[in-house]
Amino acid sequence: MKVREICSVLNGELICGDYKNDNEVSHAFASDLMSDVLTVNCDSLLLITGLANLQTIRTAEMSDINCILFVRNKSVTPEMKTLAEELGITLIKCPLTMFRASGELYRAGIKPIY
Amino acid sequence: MAMSFEYKVEGGDFTHAGYASSQVKKMLKQLGVDSTVIKRVVVCLYEAEVNIVAHAYSGTISVNLDTDTINMKLADKGPGIADIEQAMQKGFSTASPEVREMGFGAGMGLPNISANADRFVITSEPGTGTTLEISINLNSAAV
Ligand SMILES: Nc1ncnc2c1ncn2[C@@H]1O[C@H](COP(=O)(O)OP(=O)(O)O)[C@@H](O)[C@H]1O
Ligand SMILES: [Mg+2]
Repeated sequence: MKVREICSVLNGELICGDYKNDNEVSHAFASDLMSDVLTVNCDSLLLITGLANLQTIRTAEMSDINCILFVRNKSVTPEMKTLAEELGITLIKCPLTMFRASGELYRAGIKPIY
Repeated sequence: MAMSFEYKVEGGDFTHAGYASSQVKKMLKQLGVDSTVIKRVVVCLYEAEVNIVAHAYSGTISVNLDTDTINMKLADKGPGIADIEQAMQKGFSTASPEVREMGFGAGMGLPNISANADRFVITSEPGTGTTLEISINLNSAAV
């Protein structure tokens, strides 16, 4: 699924990154716990999270995650946006809860990692 | 090829936590190291770096690289760890609420370092500080 489709399914908004060199997202993982994310072994993963701080971006960097979805319209600081841009990480936000966003994406065909 | 780097880490500084790990990641990428190996290296280094920020007062990260191994040493000044066996257990944590707000503090860092490292040694002197030595073979993709 493309980022553009993810945004439309979730009524979401692209914060940074662009639709042009948009990779295909096949799997997602939802967590607010960064230590948990760091145990996951998977490429082209979408991280669904309600935790919005610089360490969310750093964790994505270390985990080779190139797309993060912030649920419940969590506010992304300019520092987070700058770091994500520098690292080529796409950021999206949506108003839905983590449960709802995960459910909609699952229904749309995004797979869990296990 | 032998290279060494050093980074300073400040306790409590969550704004810069992960900077050293990020620099090491960029360097290994440039050297063309296998991406699964890079991930194991930076997951170890990042959890260890966050531990200094979360649990210690200040620390130094030394990274030594040769053709087939990366050796990382993280030495901090801090409260130290009285019972290392207990600290290594999944779920054991003394993290503050502030650390948990950052997405850490679930007692998963040290076990994950242990799972990803080829060699992992912790030594600690309570009241003085903690030292972690982590080594990863750069030529093998398998853990
Ligand atoms: N550098 C350190 N200095 C002092 N205590 C530490 C250090 N690293 C780890 N610890 C102790 O070991 C515990 C477990 O560490 P870890 O597995 O990384 O989990 P967490 O950091 O999430 O608590 C910590 O809660 C802390 O009590
Ligand atoms: Mg930790």
